[in-house]
Amino acid sequence: MSKIKTLPDFTKSPTIDQTSIIEKASRFQKRSIKKETKIFGLKLALNMIDLTTLEGKDTPSKVKQMCYKAQHMHDSYPDLPTAAAVCVYPSMVSIAKKEVKGSGVKVASVSTAFPAGQAPLSVKIDDTKFAVDSGADEIDMVISRGKFLNGDYNYVYDEIATIKEACGKARLKVILETGELGTFDKVRRASDIAIHAGADFIKTSTGKISPAATMPVTLVMLEAIKDHFYKTGKMVGMKPAGGISNAKLALHYLVMVNEVLGADWMNNTWFRFGASSLANDLLMQLEKQRTGIYQSSDYFSID
Amino acid sequence: MGKKDLNTGLKLGVDSKWQYSPAPESTSHINLKKKYDLFIDGKWVAPSSGKYFDTINPATEEKIADIAEANEKDVDKAVKAARKAFGPWSKLPAKERAKFIYRIARLIQERAREFSVIESLDGGKAIRESRDVDVPLAAAHFFYNAGWADKLDYAFPGKKPEAIGVAGQIIPWNFPLLMAAWKLAPALACGNTVVLKPAETTPLTALKLAELVQEAGLPDGVVNIVTGAGSTGSSIVNHNDIDKIAFTGSTGVGKIIQKSIVGTNKRATLELGGKAANIIFEDAPIDQAVEGIINGIYFNQGHVCCAGSRLFIEEPVYDQVIRKLKDRINTLIVGDPLDKNTDIGAINSKAQLKTIKDYIKIGKKEGAEFFEGSCSLPSKGFFCKPTLFTGVAQSNKIVQEEIFGPVLAVQTFRSVDEVIKKANNTPYGLSAGVWTDKGSKIFNLTSQMRAGVVWANTYNKFDPASPFGGYKESGFGREGGLHGLSAYLNLN
Repeated sequence: MSKIKTLPDFTKSPTIDQTSIIEKASRFQKRSIKKETKIFGLKLALNMIDLTTLEGKDTPSKVKQMCYKAQHMHDSYPDLPTAAAVCVYPSMVSIAKKEVKGSGVKVASVSTAFPAGQAPLSVKIDDTKFAVDSGADEIDMVISRGKFLNGDYNYVYDEIATIKEACGKARLKVILETGELGTFDKVRRASDIAIHAGADFIKTSTGKISPAATMPVTLVMLEAIKDHFYKTGKMVGMKPAGGISNAKLALHYLVMVNEVLGADWMNNTWFRFGASSLANDLLMQLEKQRTGIYQSSDYFSID
Repeated sequence: MGKKDLNTGLKLGVDSKWQYSPAPESTSHINLKKKYDLFIDGKWVAPSSGKYFDTINPATEEKIADIAEANEKDVDKAVKAARKAFGPWSKLPAKERAKFIYRIARLIQERAREFSVIESLDGGKAIRESRDVDVPLAAAHFFYNAGWADKLDYAFPGKKPEAIGVAGQIIPWNFPLLMAAWKLAPALACGNTVVLKPAETTPLTALKLAELVQEAGLPDGVVNIVTGAGSTGSSIVNHNDIDKIAFTGSTGVGKIIQKSIVGTNKRATLELGGKAANIIFEDAPIDQAVEGIINGIYFNQGHVCCAGSRLFIEEPVYDQVIRKLKDRINTLIVGDPLDKNTDIGAINSKAQLKTIKDYIKIGKKEGAEFFEGSCSLPSKGFFCKPTLFTGVAQSNKIVQEEIFGPVLAVQTFRSVDEVIKKANNTPYGLSAGVWTDKGSKIFNLTSQMRAGVVWANTYNKFDPASPFGGYKESGFGREGGLHGLSAYLNLN
């Protein structure tokens, strides 16, 4: 076997029909999720959350509080899963790592000059290495959208491949920031680049730009993952982030994953929600299923 | 990429551990009588023969109600009532006529849930479709045509639009309420009166519509609804005092109708069968095209005259499309029409199920490669899995004949000219679909396709403003839009 890897021509990525993909995404929302299906889905969604704090005002105390919540979502409800991960800036990784030790909750760190990514490659590499050395299990990088929109796909590809190398054993999530890409065709092209360059996950958004994750955009990315799987048999994970704040919408995302990629993706190794406020709505719905009544939001902790 | 099928064990949908719990739409809110008489001259009247037949739920095979069987005498009574009502109705100021039609539209919207449930109970279609397609579109047709009622002079400038008279309308069982709306709305808007016969397996929503007609206060005799089978239909067609026949149904019956009205002054529009080509080019948005194939052939269990039943795939993307199509088919849920998660409901009747199964046998016998969805079927009722045949040619029977079920016949092609020839190589010409990213290719194809409707990068989309109808053995005349109105007018 030759080791020379030939790259596909990314300008030949499949095209997306906008009207049809929006319509198709809305069809998943017509599924009616009830009873056991609902409880299973709510718990699964809870277990797929990357609890996130990415603010200039983040402090060790704030991060510690969030880490506790990630492990104790709602202790009065028996046998609830933990969050999948906590997602923080590199400077907070070592604190988070200590807080979630032994719980199975992963520590994810944004890097590569998140959220804009407007820094030299050397800075981005250092940023990533610092996070990994501090104990990050996962790295959430941003692509250089300026270069991408400029048509410099090789630069974007090389940058992702370089960061992947800097990640070592940490899993790499590549944020496309779909809200800045403009068309579904470009989302698909960026997804293909990220996947080929070695992304373990592709992720919609930083959460700093609107629109963030939408179902049609996520569907475009799931199709890119599916095509890659068809061609190579290799799985890539998906993380919609931002804008998913209620349980009903989260369940519809799960329906979409289930029907586009199938059962193998229905776990937090391959699917995540980048969301923080989602957790309490899932908990509220779980309590509603258990007790038959809605409780006030004051009964669910805010961390 | 290469052509080989890696068969990496991708598991989708029904194989998943995450099965959807039943989510049935409630039937507690619907109001159905045990027995339905004929709706003639604004009143419910018993059939002169005293005969009734059963309408059943095809998903459970249980009887829902007794339906009156109209004979020649009853039809005559209905036509006389319509004739009597025609004068005053056609002379009513058009804006007053419009008010009645608007009222019907609003009443359908108000009772949308009830109509959806009854449509699914009586016909077997998935509630997702009757709720999201049939009932809203039916209301839209009444709204659209009501809007034209007092603007006909502007719709046909330089002409003097006048109502024709009494229209005899015979509708099929695949979209019972929607077809009633397609027929009634333009006829009434143009000032005609109507004798309408719903199909014998799906009379309920038309009869419920008669209740709305009463509630809307339409003058007696403007709308008459008579139920029965083929002989009732033939009584309508052959009645001397009918001015116009509007028929939607099979090409076989369409031919009989045309023969029977030869030498009379009756005008006719016939919307008949189809065997539409759905064409996928290699530059198509493949995943969306796959969804379009699904919507094209499995919508309403394939009981659609414009269904995309002949699929043409350009050879370079053949393997990819087929693989994606099969995976998608495996996620389709067949079952209880009233369950909100059901994608494909029940086949309309035992007879139709047999027809479909016979064609599947023929396809297998002809040596085509057969595939069907991995879903399970309910033990009772008339159900059929979504199926497809590959390795077929234009010479195969399952490619030539309309099956009217969830059976797709797949062929490959190499060039634009070839696919245009093959798409047109059928006695039918109702609809077609084309999937490509290139606008010029769409225009080239649509201008050469002999089909009444050509969808580009979508399929089975309907709008009251868009005319619908066929070429060749798919019939003549158009329904919907201005063309649909002109079929109910004398334009001098």
